[in-house]
Amino acid sequence: MRTLKFLLQKEFRQIFRDPSILRIIFIMPVIQLIVLPWAADYEIKNIKLAVIDHDRSDYSRSLTNKITASGYFILTDYTSSFEQTLGEIEHDKADIILEIPASFEKDLVKESESKLFMAVNAINGVKAGLGSSYLRSIIQDYNREVRTEWIQFPRFSPETSIEVTNSNWFNPSMNYKVFMVPGILVLLLTMVGSNLTAINIVKEKEIGTIEQINVTPVKKFHFILGKLIPFWVLGLLVFTIGFGIAWIVYGIYPAGSFLTIYLFAAVYLLAVLGLGLLISTYANNQQQAMLISFFLMMIFVLMGGLYTSIDSMPGWAQAITKANPVSYFIEVIRMVVLKGSGLADIKYQLLTILGFAVLLNGWAVVNYHKRS
Amino acid sequence: MKSVVVNNISKRYGSKKAVTTALRGISFEVDKGELFGIIGPDGAGKTSLFRILTTLLLAEEGTATVDGLDVVKAYKAIRQRVGYMPGRFSLYQDLTVKENLDFFATIFNTSVEENYDLIKDIYSQIEPFKDRKAGKLSGGMKQKLALSCALIHRPSVLFLDEPTTGVDAVSRKEFWEMLRKLKEQQITILVSTPYMDEASLCDKVALIQSGKILSIDTPEGVVRSFGKKIIAVKSSNMLNLLADLKKTELLEDAYPFGEYHHAVLKNESNEHELKNYLQQKGYPFEIKGTDPNIEDCFMALMKN
Repeated sequence: MRTLKFLLQKEFRQIFRDPSILRIIFIMPVIQLIVLPWAADYEIKNIKLAVIDHDRSDYSRSLTNKITASGYFILTDYTSSFEQTLGEIEHDKADIILEIPASFEKDLVKESESKLFMAVNAINGVKAGLGSSYLRSIIQDYNREVRTEWIQFPRFSPETSIEVTNSNWFNPSMNYKVFMVPGILVLLLTMVGSNLTAINIVKEKEIGTIEQINVTPVKKFHFILGKLIPFWVLGLLVFTIGFGIAWIVYGIYPAGSFLTIYLFAAVYLLAVLGLGLLISTYANNQQQAMLISFFLMMIFVLMGGLYTSIDSMPGWAQAITKANPVSYFIEVIRMVVLKGSGLADIKYQLLTILGFAVLLNGWAVVNYHKRS
Repeated sequence: MKSVVVNNISKRYGSKKAVTTALRGISFEVDKGELFGIIGPDGAGKTSLFRILTTLLLAEEGTATVDGLDVVKAYKAIRQRVGYMPGRFSLYQDLTVKENLDFFATIFNTSVEENYDLIKDIYSQIEPFKDRKAGKLSGGMKQKLALSCALIHRPSVLFLDEPTTGVDAVSRKEFWEMLRKLKEQQITILVSTPYMDEASLCDKVALIQSGKILSIDTPEGVVRSFGKKIIAVKSSNMLNLLADLKKTELLEDAYPFGEYHHAVLKNESNEHELKNYLQQKGYPFEIKGTDPNIEDCFMALMKN
């Protein structure tokens, strides 16, 4: 125990003496949590729309007005030539073209039916898909308005119709920040935990200090604990700072208890630190350690369910996410923060992460040799 | 009792395709309190040998004991009682001098005060800078700190891997003075160095090349066993002189040595013949007989 105390003392001293580590620990959560949630917005705005109006009637103008008034679209062009407007798409100046035929108003009034043409630039799939469906729903809405203007419906509709109303549970305003911020917090914790540990130990390898420690009677177990505990503490500190920012900036306060979150975070950190430790036993220099952890982080982030829903991934990809500790914590933190889930609800995830912690640390300890 | 016994140690690196043999069946013994020098060029296997003896590396073949303890089986006990100073400065650069020393003292379950008498001579020289970070020390001071840290737990055997490489001449001299003093404390010291001139400062030297020991003897013994005559020659054009010396059949070997070239005479030739040979070349030169020193002996050994 005495040895461990001195190892910890040394480790903390080094960490607090390294301004770059401190900067990362305090600035990273602030920047990431303040900037990212605003940028990582699922809503598509500022879609560039070009309208080709061959009709130039009251109806076509009021339709155009309605579309631009929605706030999603920016009218970049209003012409009567398809050729010219297609050029706009080619030069990336328009995302969607809406073509209004010459007989739009006439057909609508006389035949009660008219057709519109929509051409979508599908290079950015998300933007194309969402943009065209926004536009479609605005046009449908417009259609309804036109009908109510003309027909006085009877008190009871002669046609049967189903009307759907919905209410959003746990996140009534569908505020994406409420579920993005906790997710980003998880990534933050993962990065601090695995990168700092891996790089710290590999640095000792590079400088040769590990050699000097290896010839001493310091036990492997002490040395590893001496490395894990400081970063465990730092990880929880970063996590706390992150939660503070989430509360102050976004007003996000967990519906569930902090105890549940911290318990999970504590176990999760063990797993992530174990990963860092494992990387350090394989990497011989800091570059290798960085590359391995970047590679893993990319997979963790993109397959962690932060940006895309795991449920919509193909079966094999879902199987991979089972081996991704990040996905469990993102799930749990959203459950606790939004839904107020308790320990009983997350026990499966907690046990899985505990398993990860035992596996990764065990593997690392076996792979760490004091002699070669 | 022998302090270090090395018996037929071999070490290879790499897999089947590219095998580098670092040590080929090395054996030697070091007495207690002896200052034992291992002299050899870069890549001779000095560091591998030290790493095996300090339990950091496993040998493929052979056995070794340090302080009567087997390096494989009793590695834990050995780690308690050896001091190791690697060739590269490997203390914590971001900790101060005092913090480094305290740290290494505490992980050996001792304190600086307890063994202060042992390191006093060395440490007192860097004590004025005890609050300076180790990374900010000069080369000579770093080396003194590393030696202090290696000594702080009062080891019975001290391994110094190329302690004087990259250190200025004055510090080198000081360092050997310190080793002499440590010897009085009955600490066995194994020191490796690529500098042959340091060999004469050891009690015993082993010359190692390509993983093999060429000779083990006292420095005097090495010189005594040389048995050939050395002539020192000097001229205004040293380059031409060396070329001419290399051409003649009279000599076994010729190499630059300080401001002179050393010429090793064959047993059957003499100084006079060499003088005649050089006079034919038609440039002024200076010639004198000289006693062989340890470097001459090593040059000869390594040649064969």
